[in-house]
Amino acid sequence: MRNTQRSQKIAFFFLFLATLLIVLPVGLIVVIIAQKGMPAINWQFLSDIPRQGMRAGGIFPAIVGTFYLVFGALFFALPMGLLAAVYLSEYAKENLLNRIIKLAIINLSGVPSVVYGLFGLALFVVFLKFGASILSGSLTLGIMILPIIITTSREALESVPQSFREVSLSLGASKWQTIRHIVLPNAIPGILTGTILGLGRAAGETAPILFTVAAFYLPRLPKSIFDQAMALPYHLYVISTQVPNVDEKVRYGTALVLLFLVLVMNLVAIIIRYNFRKKKKW
Amino acid sequence: MRKFKEFIIEKLILICGLASIFFVILIFLFLTKEGLAVFKSVTPANFILGKSWYPISEPAQLGILPLILGSLMVTLGAAIISIPIGVACAVYIAEIAPLKIKEILKAGIELLAAIPSVVLGFIGMVTLVPWVKSTFHLPTGLTALSGSIILAFMAMPTIVSVAEDALYSVPKSYKEGAFALGATHWQTIYRVLLPAASSGIVAAVMLGIGRVIGETMAVMMITGNAAVIPQSILVPVRTLTATIAAEMGEAVVGSEHYFALFAIGIVLFIMSFIINVTADLFLHKRR
Amino acid sequence: MVKFSAKDLNIWFGQIHALKGVNIEIQANEILSVIGPSNSGKTSFLRMLNRLNDLYPGFKMSGWLQYDKADIRKLDVEVLRKRVGMVFALPLPLPLSIFENIAYGVKMHGEKNRQKISAIVERSLRQAYIWDEVKDRLDVSAFKLSGGQQQRLCIARTLAVEPDVILFDEPCSGLDPISTAKIEEAMLKLKQDYTLVLVTNNVKQAARVGDRTAFFLSGELVELDKTEKIFTAPSDQRTDDYIRGKFG
Repeated sequence: MRNTQRSQKIAFFFLFLATLLIVLPVGLIVVIIAQKGMPAINWQFLSDIPRQGMRAGGIFPAIVGTFYLVFGALFFALPMGLLAAVYLSEYAKENLLNRIIKLAIINLSGVPSVVYGLFGLALFVVFLKFGASILSGSLTLGIMILPIIITTSREALESVPQSFREVSLSLGASKWQTIRHIVLPNAIPGILTGTILGLGRAAGETAPILFTVAAFYLPRLPKSIFDQAMALPYHLYVISTQVPNVDEKVRYGTALVLLFLVLVMNLVAIIIRYNFRKKKKW
Repeated sequence: MRKFKEFIIEKLILICGLASIFFVILIFLFLTKEGLAVFKSVTPANFILGKSWYPISEPAQLGILPLILGSLMVTLGAAIISIPIGVACAVYIAEIAPLKIKEILKAGIELLAAIPSVVLGFIGMVTLVPWVKSTFHLPTGLTALSGSIILAFMAMPTIVSVAEDALYSVPKSYKEGAFALGATHWQTIYRVLLPAASSGIVAAVMLGIGRVIGETMAVMMITGNAAVIPQSILVPVRTLTATIAAEMGEAVVGSEHYFALFAIGIVLFIMSFIINVTADLFLHKRR
Repeated sequence: MVKFSAKDLNIWFGQIHALKGVNIEIQANEILSVIGPSNSGKTSFLRMLNRLNDLYPGFKMSGWLQYDKADIRKLDVEVLRKRVGMVFALPLPLPLSIFENIAYGVKMHGEKNRQKISAIVERSLRQAYIWDEVKDRLDVSAFKLSGGQQQRLCIARTLAVEPDVILFDEPCSGLDPISTAKIEEAMLKLKQDYTLVLVTNNVKQAARVGDRTAFFLSGELVELDKTEKIFTAPSDQRTDDYIRGKFG
C-alpha cells in the first residue's frame, strides 16, 4: 500500500513538471519580450514611418496595415461565418450533406497557413488580377479564419436552450424570427469570443500574407484596398532575418507590439467568455 | 412581403452553409491548376523521390525528397518532445489541478496558442539557437533540433486541449467504479482513464502533428534552410512549408519553379487532409 | 362545436410508433384532461395539435387531424400556432423583461403601435391573475419571478397573441400546491373564452379541472369520457388500474 502511494506521488510530480515545462516558457517568452521591448516603445516608434532601411524610425505603417488586413478579413468572414453557423445549428439535418460540410470545415481549419498563401496568390492576385493588395490579403486571411468563426459561433448558437426556440415557435413566430430575436441575441457573447479569437489569429499570421499583400518596405500608408501594405508580423520577420544590423531593441519592440495586440485580443475574448458563463441565466 | 424576405434570407443562409465545401474545392482546384503543370517537366516519382532541389539551376532539378525528409525530421523531433509532455499536462489539468489553478493553466495554454509563430520564431532565434550552438559545439545553431523544440511548443496547446477534452468526457462512473475497487487516483488514471480516452488522445496527437507539419514562419527562421538530405538532427534542414515561403517571392509567375512550389502545396494539402480526416474519425469513435 | 378532430391518427419518431390510431374530438370551451403514464403518447398528442412535433427529426404522421374543419397540414403553421397556444411543463420565460415576454408574440405578428402593445400586455397579465404582482416592475427580467409567477407569466404570454385553444403540458409539474391552485383557478376561468387541453401526470388535477378526461396508454387512446365517469366507473380495466395508482 505504501508503495502504491509513493508511485502515485512520483507520477503526480512528473505530471506537474510537464505542466510547468509548458507554462513556464510561455511566461518567460512574454516577460523577455516585454522587458527587452519596452525601452523601444515610445511615441515616435508607434507613430513614425520606418527610416534608414528600417533600422530606425517607427512601425506605424505596419500597425496600420495589420489593422486594415484584420478588419478586411473580418468584414468578409464574419457575415459569411455567422450565417454558415446559423445554417449548421438551425437548419442542417443529420445527413450526408451535413457530414460533408463538417468535414470541409475541419479541413479548412487544418490547411497549412502557407497553403492559404499559395491559394490567395493563385486566385486573388493572379487569376482575379487584384494584384498584391490589401484586398487579396484580407480575403485570404478571411477564408483562413472562417472555420474559427463558424465553429465558435455554432457552439454559441447551439448552447441557446432548445426550449427558447420552442416557446418562440409556439407563439406563432416564424423560424427566422425565432433565430433573429431569440437565438442570435443570446449567442452574441459566444460569437464575439470566436470573432475576436479569429481576429487575433489573422493579426499574427505571416505566411498567408507573404505573397498576397505584404510589402517589404513601404514607408507610407496604403491609399486604397488595391495598395500593398506592410504588416506587423511580416515586418518582424523582415527585420529579424532579412535586414542586417538592426538594433535588437527595434526587433524586440516590434515583437512586443505584435504580441501585445494579439494577447490583448485573446484576453478580451477570455474575459467575455468568463463573464458570460458567470451571468448565464439558464 | 415578410415571407419573401425570409425566403431570401434562408437561401442566403444555405449558400453560406455550403461555403466551406466550396472553399475546400476552390483551394484544391487552384493548387492543382498551378501545381500540376510541373509534371510536364518532371515525373511525379522523380518529383517526390528526387534527391536534389535546385530550382533555379539550368536545367532545374526539382526533387523534393530532402524537403520531405526535412519536414519529417523536424516533425518527428517535435512529436517526441510534445506528445509525452502534452499528454502529461492534459492529465494534470483534467485530473489533478485544483479548480482555480486549472483555470489559470488553461488560460496559459490558450495564450501559448495565441502567440504568433513569427514571434516564437524570433524568440527561438535570439535564445534557443545560440543555446543549441554552444551546447552541442556546432558551427550553427540553426538546426532541425531547434526547429523541433519550437514546433513542440506550437503543437502542445492543440495536444493539451484536445486530450483534456477526451479525458474530461470519460464517464464519471468509470472513475467511481475504479475508486470503489480501492484503486489509487494514479492507478485509476493510467489503468482506466487513459485507455478510455485513448482514441481522443490519438486524435489530439494527430492534430498536433498536423499543426507542426503545416507550420511555416518559425521553422523558416530557425532551421537554417539547407535543402540537403539531413544526416542528423543537429544539422540545418529545410521543410516543405519553408521552401514555399522562402522561394515564392522570387519565383516568376508561370515558371517551372513557380509550378513546383504549387506542387509542394498540393503535397501539403493532401497531407493535412489525410491527417485531419483521420483525426476526426478517431474523435467520432470516442462518442 | 368541434375544435379538433383526429381520425386514425398515427405518428412516428424514427422507428418509434408514438401514437397508434387515435380517434378523438375536442369540443369548444371545454377543458379536456389527458392522463396516462410516461411514454403513453399524451405529450406527443398535445404537440400534434400545434405541430410542434414537426421540430423533431424523423417525425412522420398518417391519418387526419383537423382544426376548425381544416387539415392542419394544409394550414400555415405560424397561423395555426398563433391560434393554438401552448404552456410548457416548466416555466419557460424568454430571457427578456416581463413586459417584453408578453409583447414578444404580438410584435412577431407585426404589431408596432406601442400603446396597443401596452394595452395587450396589461390585459393578458390581468387574465392570468398576475398583473397586481408585477405591474410595478414590468421592465425587470422575467427570471426574477418565482416559479409560480413565471408559469402564470407564460400563460399571459400565450393569451397575448389571442389564441383560440390553449395547450397545457403538465403546467404544474414543478410548482408547489399554492401556485398550482392559482393556475387551476385561472384555467377554470379561461374556459369561458377558450378551449383548453391539459396534459397532466397528476390524476387528481385531471379530476379537479377536466370536463372530460382521456386516458392514453402505450400510444393508444384507451378511454375518453366525462371526468366523473372516468373517475367513478371507468369502462376499461386499465383505466381503473391507472387512476387507482396500480401503475404509472
